[in-house]
Amino acid sequence: MKTFKEKSFQTITYTAALFTVACLLGIIFGLFREGLPIFKHVGLKEFLFTNNWYPAHAEPGFGALALIVGSLVVTLGSLIIAIPLGLGAAIFLSEMAGPRLREITKPVIELLAGIPSVVYGLFGMAFLAPLVREWFDLDTGLNVFTASLILGVMIVPVICSMGEDALSSVPKNLREASLALGATRAETIFKAVIPAAKNGLAGSVLMGFGRAIGETMVVLMVAGGAARIPSSIFDPVRPLTSTIAAEMGETVMGDLHYQSLFALAIILFLITFVSNLITESMLLKRGKK
Amino acid sequence: MNKKYIIVALILLLAISFAVAKSRKITCSGSTTVLPIAQAAAEAYMDKHPDVNISIRGGGSGVGIAALQNGSADIANSSRVMKAKEISQAKSKGINPTPYAVALDGIAIVVHKSNSVANLSIAQIRDIYNGKIKNWSEVGGPKLPIVVISRDVASGTFEVFNEKALGGSKVVSSAQLLASNNAVASTVGSTPGGIGYIGLGYLTEEIKTVKVNSITPNTKTVQDGSYPLARKLYMYTNGKAKGDLGSYIAFIQSDAGQKIVVEQGFIALK
Repeated sequence: MKTFKEKSFQTITYTAALFTVACLLGIIFGLFREGLPIFKHVGLKEFLFTNNWYPAHAEPGFGALALIVGSLVVTLGSLIIAIPLGLGAAIFLSEMAGPRLREITKPVIELLAGIPSVVYGLFGMAFLAPLVREWFDLDTGLNVFTASLILGVMIVPVICSMGEDALSSVPKNLREASLALGATRAETIFKAVIPAAKNGLAGSVLMGFGRAIGETMVVLMVAGGAARIPSSIFDPVRPLTSTIAAEMGETVMGDLHYQSLFALAIILFLITFVSNLITESMLLKRGKK
Repeated sequence: MNKKYIIVALILLLAISFAVAKSRKITCSGSTTVLPIAQAAAEAYMDKHPDVNISIRGGGSGVGIAALQNGSADIANSSRVMKAKEISQAKSKGINPTPYAVALDGIAIVVHKSNSVANLSIAQIRDIYNGKIKNWSEVGGPKLPIVVISRDVASGTFEVFNEKALGGSKVVSSAQLLASNNAVASTVGSTPGGIGYIGLGYLTEEIKTVKVNSITPNTKTVQDGSYPLARKLYMYTNGKAKGDLGSYIAFIQSDAGQKIVVEQGFIALK
């Protein structure tokens, strides 16, 4: 009987794993099948490197450069905000905070991840954007800066909790050795612990990157949606995700516009796929050490 | 053991066939603008005709028309008239799309409350959206850069605005494209230099409506056709609407149905 239980359990978990992989393959297949036909009408080079996004116009244009740049700019901005906050919080939690304080602080930071993104978006649109407009005396508050600010806060928990994992998995005797050699606490953290955890920390940043570039609701509501390459951080942009979300609702299945949105999804997929791949390989390296 | 299963299966089969036979089904698909009207009218209609089941999906005018073309919907809700290409596509599939106007809607041009501009001509609106006019002072307003706010190029509201105000020209690429009428309203409300356009049902206290070609958008000017940015909302059926379809559409066009239209923030046909 026990062997039967064992075996059935094995089969169930095995199928679950297989099924998950099948889902991923299905998504990839679907994306490429719907998105690739657009390249019969528009060259890959034109699609990626021209700035002419008029998909529903009488003479449609499918140059997605501004959308790709928009995505990258907003994500970069959010990382500039989230890396110091996230890694700082991670170092504090793992190295400085006592067990009591850590038990309170960590869940509070992680609570940030539990707030639905549409709530962040509403907050940004209703409160933050008008404030930003007044602070900097701008024409509009819906821009790269506001979107980056909100996205940055959103991805702090991702970077913090992964960074904290990486730091706490550094063996204790490394710290003890460093302190025993006469290093101060700061020296220990910056010269011993952080270098030892650097792959994990880099992984946490890349994870944050993947999360930020794929975020849709916030950028749809706060980034402004102008399909133009921004010349300052106070210009509105139109990231890939918000373009897909805003336009997919009213396109007809199978027409050029529909295919072009899937092609945007392919670009997005490739970006996150590569960043995840790098993260995984870094974490793998850390595991081997 | 086996008998039990057969009996259960038989009962299930009976129940299903009974349910299918009992309710007559109407499927609607299309414009999210028409959606609230179709939904509220369908609920009122089903109260009176419990044997009819009306299911309604959004998705946009183009999606609804495509659904009518391939026979997956009985009614296509549309916030615009069908394009010549769509009609010929439908005809080639043996579908004969027939329009029924169900409501009127006006698109209001809105600006920030503090803006002194009270009237814009269609040509001025076009130049603003094309990026030729960049400052409010060029149209008699304050010295303030214009922030152009538009709906997404895929929305039905954009399509009507595009046809009636832009004449098919492109919106300047620096325009902010927002995803809903409400987003446009709240952004214009918080942007002193902003200009946007929204359905009349979405006007709020926070924003100011400007006249277009000296005509104020309201129920009267939309109904008599003098307001230039007005449109009809349609339901398309395959051929003349008969039976349940016909009586559902007739219900929306009746006085009771038009009351629902007004309640939903649109303008009655008459």
